[in-house]
Amino acid sequence: MATTEEIRTSLADIVNEVAGIPADDVQLDKSFVDDLDVDSLSMVEVVVAAEEKFDVKIPDDEVKNLKTVGDAVAYIERQLA
Amino acid sequence: MTALPAPTPGPAVALLGLGVYRPARVVPNAEIVDLIGSSDEWIRTRSGIETRRFAGADETVVSMSVAASRTALEQAGIAAEQLDCVVVATVSHLLQTPSAAAMIAEQLGATPAAAFDLSAACAGFCYGVSLASDMVRAGSAQHVLVIGVEKLSDITDPTDRSTSFIFADGAGAVVVGPTDEHGISPVVWGSDGARYDLIRQEAPWPVKVDPDPESEKGSHTLRMEGNPVFRWASFEMAKVAKQTLERAGLTVDDLDVFIPHQANMRITDAMARALKLPPHVAIARDIAQQGNTSAASVPLAMERLIADGEARRGDLALLIAFGAGLVYAAQVVRLP
Repeated sequence: MATTEEIRTSLADIVNEVAGIPADDVQLDKSFVDDLDVDSLSMVEVVVAAEEKFDVKIPDDEVKNLKTVGDAVAYIERQLA
Repeated sequence: MTALPAPTPGPAVALLGLGVYRPARVVPNAEIVDLIGSSDEWIRTRSGIETRRFAGADETVVSMSVAASRTALEQAGIAAEQLDCVVVATVSHLLQTPSAAAMIAEQLGATPAAAFDLSAACAGFCYGVSLASDMVRAGSAQHVLVIGVEKLSDITDPTDRSTSFIFADGAGAVVVGPTDEHGISPVVWGSDGARYDLIRQEAPWPVKVDPDPESEKGSHTLRMEGNPVFRWASFEMAKVAKQTLERAGLTVDDLDVFIPHQANMRITDAMARALKLPPHVAIARDIAQQGNTSAASVPLAMERLIADGEARRGDLALLIAFGAGLVYAAQVVRLP
């Protein structure tokens, strides 16, 4: 079972790969749109990459609720639990 | 019982000629942004679109198709009277009947060629190429004209933030016919009607007698749910592209050119990454100048690559087109 920090680190790598944002900036309290400048289409790419990486499902309807990195990490943790 | 004659195994089939029509008026983002409270930069980063073309009153679905078709016929070295069938892929011929195809065939001088329109939205051109190839193989026709044409500016709401900057006008045509070496791979195609509402005409055309006047909700212009469409197009269509290469017995290393439907530059980029296209493969990016012309986008993008010297006649090109329905189709072709 991955820890919160392990999930955050993997997600940070994905955000870095998709949107070119330094992985160190991808912290739990950061908003994807407002702080990290990840636009809605990049967010879709992040979600699809996260689904593959963590073997979870993140439906379109859920994506809009994932405002911060912490929201996404918590959602993935719940799916893995 | 007397057996009906079965079709004999048909000839090798290829795209023999290509022609396009780009409307005269170039429309920069600056002309679009005020009505949607947006900016040139926002449109460029979300879609890659810098300009698009809108057809004028004298540039109709029929006239643009006829112009593109004449070039395609000339390049193929085929006279219009040699055509056995005219297939027109479009969603913006605004008459339910008669078809645009019959009018186009008549104006080209192809009568009495069979003629019909095909409703497969942005995938329509690739649907048409597949049908045409099968017709020639099966002996139903020797030469088929396949046209992708749209005048989406007629059915786009200039105040709709999700579509007004995307959709545009134009036409492209190919002649499909017999040749020495087969140049059209088996199609991989399909549909997913569960997602019928992701890209849609919002309301039906007004009917003359409507027993319930309240039933007419919304306008007849196009609407799109951008993010789910982006997800489907970028990732699920990359899988269809891979299946198409497998069915053709090819790998990405064998390709010279990748021509996806010009839906959005971000979709093209995401698909190219998912397919791991090697650097030698030229990627169609006609959307930057042309916008999303639905059924016309693949032949328009094909022509641009050849005109710019990025692709040549005989190159192996992976075509994939996808859109409202949802529907999709893909095949590998040798460029005409």
